[in-house]
Amino acid sequence: MDELFELYQEIILDHNKRPRNYRPMLEHTHSADGQNPVCGDEITVYVRMSSDGIEDISFQGEGCAISKASASLMTRQVKGMSIEAAIEEFRRVQGILTGSESVDFSLEEVGDIASLSGVRRFPARVKCATLAWHALKAALEGTEAISTE
Amino acid sequence: MRELGQNKRLNVGIDVQSVRKDFPILETNIDGKPLVYLDNAATAHKPEVVILRETEFYTHQNANIHRGIHRLSEIASDEYERARRRIAQFFNVAHAEEIVFVRGTTEGVNLVANSFGRKFIKEGDHVVVSILEHHSNFIPWQQMAEERGAVFQVIPMDDKGVLDLEVYEAMLSERTKIVALTHISNAIGTVNPIKEMIQLAHARGIPVLIDGAQSTPHMKVDVTDLDCDFFVFSGHKVFGPTGIGVLYGKERWLDEMPPYQVGGGTIRTVTVEETEFLDPPAKFEAGTPNIGGAIGLATAFDYIEELGMERIMNYENELYYYAREKLGALPGLVLWGDGSEIAAVLSFGIEGVHSHDISTFLDSEGVAIRAGHHCAKPLMSRLGIPGTARASFCFYNTKEEIDHLADGILKISKFFS
Repeated sequence: MDELFELYQEIILDHNKRPRNYRPMLEHTHSADGQNPVCGDEITVYVRMSSDGIEDISFQGEGCAISKASASLMTRQVKGMSIEAAIEEFRRVQGILTGSESVDFSLEEVGDIASLSGVRRFPARVKCATLAWHALKAALEGTEAISTE
Repeated sequence: MRELGQNKRLNVGIDVQSVRKDFPILETNIDGKPLVYLDNAATAHKPEVVILRETEFYTHQNANIHRGIHRLSEIASDEYERARRRIAQFFNVAHAEEIVFVRGTTEGVNLVANSFGRKFIKEGDHVVVSILEHHSNFIPWQQMAEERGAVFQVIPMDDKGVLDLEVYEAMLSERTKIVALTHISNAIGTVNPIKEMIQLAHARGIPVLIDGAQSTPHMKVDVTDLDCDFFVFSGHKVFGPTGIGVLYGKERWLDEMPPYQVGGGTIRTVTVEETEFLDPPAKFEAGTPNIGGAIGLATAFDYIEELGMERIMNYENELYYYAREKLGALPGLVLWGDGSEIAAVLSFGIEGVHSHDISTFLDSEGVAIRAGHHCAKPLMSRLGIPGTARASFCFYNTKEEIDHLADGILKISKFFS
């Protein structure tokens, strides 16, 4: 049960109920669909790049609490970043979520994303947490659709 | 082999506590909580007699079949063919040669789609399936139709998950070459009126394949009475081992159909120029089959028959109605597939909660269910949902386990509210 509460922290439940930047974006410069074939979840990530970096980012789609909250947190995390910085951030977060990164990280350092690290105890759910990030990477790299498989 | 208790044979109902003792895995604890296994539609557990029978084969009878001129090979071949006859008898199949061992439902459907398709389906012909199909009885036909330039038609359903028989009948024409239908929907539990649907097709001379993956464990299937042309199922869903399944096919079709895979065990003679194949079922069983699996599966049918399909059905119906009533009374709960006939599959959703979150939560309570699209994406699209949570029952489940499920669902609703 403790593991469960670590997975579904307050911040996750909050972002699940009120996902931030949950909207389509007509005037985007980049977008990609992310699909998790295991559960059928689909998410679309939209990005508008300016010369200063990610000017706006949003997402839409169907997903579980973990994938929705992760997408919501992601949109806050990468706003303003350059493409390179956002892709670097993707690698860092993936490390945190899959456990390949050192377990010792402080909340200030990684931000709210740390609240998702509970998925490491639930191997079947890691892909839910990384779905939006994979879609973001695909969008920034010019791929139209990705699958977690 | 252990005999079933006398009480199980005499009682009208099922002595579930005694039956549970036949399934060793049911003693498992998940994080200190007793396992509540409600994922039987995905795979069923194995009674000890099946596990022991397969062990016995590998311990004392293992050899390749139909090849070696030595004692063990004779024994293994005899046991393998005995398993075929046993299964034929269970399904009221007159000729054991009409039973082809395959890996499972998926391979059985692929075999027919591929082999029947190559022989009988031409450009412009029609192939009919239903919107309720599992991907394994959908994709093989869709792909085959595309490859052969045939028209792929899908029988629609109403919002409750009942197929539209008027549309189905109107679909059938002289261009229709085959109908492939699920007996019971794995995702929402609709029981299709297959006998009537087979008759409608036969009236126009169209053969019908039935996907029996979900019906075989829960009801008596008599293929002679159904008069279907093909019937496929998976052994592991019917208390047998994984990697073994059965394709029943009427002799007249199997005789004419070309082999699906070719190789050892399928040939009468081979020259540099050509190959002459054996009669069915051998021509469809290329390579060394799952011998131990086939023998274990036959034992699973012994077990079911001893328990009695009538009693299994009565007990499971009681469980199902109990579950439907219990879960139906919970706030914020949506039940899918409210068809006129029902099976041991209960698909549900909790408002505002994704099925994967439901599943993770229930798992922490020791309750195993399935969440997601259930390999039936066209059906989920039709329902306009990404997926459902699915509890599926069998005769070793209890009302207490359903109470446990209901308690878990209540906790989830509270947690996510």
